[in-house]
Amino acid sequence: MGKTVLSIENIVKKFGNVAAVNGVSLTIQDGDFFALLGPSGCGKTTLLRMLGGFDSPTSGHIFMDGIDITDVPPNKRQINMLFQSYAVFPHMNVEDNVAYGLRMEKRPTTEINQRVQEALALVRMEEFAKRPPDKLSGGQRQRVALARALIKKPRILLLDEPLSALDAKLRGAMQTELVRLQQTVGITFIIVTHDQDEALSMATRIAVMDEGSFCQVDAPRVLYEAPSSRFVADFIGRMNMHECIVIAEQDNGYCINAGGDMGEISVRHAPLPGVRAGDKIYYGVRPEKVIFSKDKPADNVGNAVVLENYSYHGDETLLYCRSQDGTLWTCTLTNDRRNFTPVNVGELGWLTWAADNMILLAK
Amino acid sequence: MSKPALLDYAARWWMRLFLAMFFLLLYAPIVILIIFSFNDSKRNIVWRGATGKYYAKAWANDSLIEAFINSLTIAVANMIVGTLLGVITAILLWRFRFPAKKAVEGVLALPIVIPEICMGVAMLVFFNKWWPNNLVWPLNLVNIIIAHVTFTFPFVAVIVRGQLAGLNREFELAAMDLGASEWRAMIDVLLPQIKPSIIAGALIAFTLSLEDFVITYFTAGPDSITLPVKINSMVRFSVTPEVNAASTILIIITIVAVWLAMRIQKEKTNG
Repeated sequence: MGKTVLSIENIVKKFGNVAAVNGVSLTIQDGDFFALLGPSGCGKTTLLRMLGGFDSPTSGHIFMDGIDITDVPPNKRQINMLFQSYAVFPHMNVEDNVAYGLRMEKRPTTEINQRVQEALALVRMEEFAKRPPDKLSGGQRQRVALARALIKKPRILLLDEPLSALDAKLRGAMQTELVRLQQTVGITFIIVTHDQDEALSMATRIAVMDEGSFCQVDAPRVLYEAPSSRFVADFIGRMNMHECIVIAEQDNGYCINAGGDMGEISVRHAPLPGVRAGDKIYYGVRPEKVIFSKDKPADNVGNAVVLENYSYHGDETLLYCRSQDGTLWTCTLTNDRRNFTPVNVGELGWLTWAADNMILLAK
Repeated sequence: MSKPALLDYAARWWMRLFLAMFFLLLYAPIVILIIFSFNDSKRNIVWRGATGKYYAKAWANDSLIEAFINSLTIAVANMIVGTLLGVITAILLWRFRFPAKKAVEGVLALPIVIPEICMGVAMLVFFNKWWPNNLVWPLNLVNIIIAHVTFTFPFVAVIVRGQLAGLNREFELAAMDLGASEWRAMIDVLLPQIKPSIIAGALIAFTLSLEDFVITYFTAGPDSITLPVKINSMVRFSVTPEVNAASTILIIITIVAVWLAMRIQKEKTNG
């Protein structure tokens, strides 16, 4: 850990007059499981393709181990890619697919055979060596594609939406599998995904991307618990987000007026640059940190609401509530008992939370 | 009997009738042609009993055999050159962006839609008039092959282009990612995947050339007669069973070629 393996500087990629990637810079450490997360069309796949060498940036540079590789073609980069469609060659069996990269390197046959065996063992596909790809499931095809890329012993493996073609159950299993693999081989992974759950559960660091720029680059926990902008707060997970007014700056936080049934609340919070008393900012609180209760909270941190609707998800129930000033709130109930009949539509109650669970957002 | 299900087409009497008519119209003339090639009659109108002597007669007819060999030579040469040209054209159009690409794509279809007679006349003018007068283009097999390639390679290109359109480019990118050059990726990954359409295209080029009459008629010199042209000249005197025999041989070659191509494709998929 700690050594920079890849750094990109001011990468711009324009298609005609539209900038798909708009001047991004980034450093990625050796051994990172790095996720590029963003809505579709945010430029994350374009960026990944430039890292792989399949597209060249309009301006900017890509460095690997300090060497400029911006104009190096894909077959000369120590970077391999797992394609979204997996691109397992349909006219070759599993073994030949995995061996392809080493055959291009003109390795001796004995070495190829041995390394193919190792690579197949790594992805637990040994017994499928002679199968043609059309006799494999989606998950197995992905394993073949993984083995085929990892056998090249790249410095970096790029993964383009690797789990999007799998069904929900398999996706969960592959998430753990990918993390296990990454830790086994110790190669830096850069994954592109639009699924925040995927990014949060697998990555060590995440870059949230929107309209060709990075919004925030941080560890998953920081992104979720301390987003730096409303876009990130809203994009990652669910968030109740409302306006408030800063009353005063305090030693280790702010005093805000959140309106509604709430009075002035002191929130412990990291400093927000440029925010002064009297500014209108936003506060957010995650649904799982909100409690639906019958009683008015003693510390006044909470809102009187009417339960408008709810959705049952098995492990949890999402409550959709409306406060008296007409704003919509969500609250998560964990279904931790079997005979749990907690809510009725139309029920009146209070949404409460601890003040320190509030996130203040200046932009 | 219960009512047939909506998609159970074969259970409806009118569907069966349609199918019967379809096959009758398609194959009855061919079947009659083959049957009458065994007819023991010079006139070939009334059935006079079976004989194989017209095959022997056709075999003994030197000019017919020569025409036949000419046809095969032209068809094979045309197939090789036309397929090569067609595949390259299709890949170029699929893979690269270049100026006037749309125009090239449109012009490519012209030899397919232009009436054959126009192509024939154009070829005649090309080889006789447009070519500098002091240089005489030898009217031999080569100019027929050139004429055939001109009108068959667009068919190959269109067929191969069709399969390329449905192809995922990531296969090629993946090959390059694994260390293949662009050229290697094309040979290792692209060509094997479009093999079915290449075979189909080659076959079309072969049969189009083998059976072509109009364009060949305009470009053939006195010493380079092909089988269709020869059959035409024979028919001008009378339709003898010998003509039927020659035609039957042509049909059989075509069927064998189709069958072979299908087998090659099947072997590939059974891999």
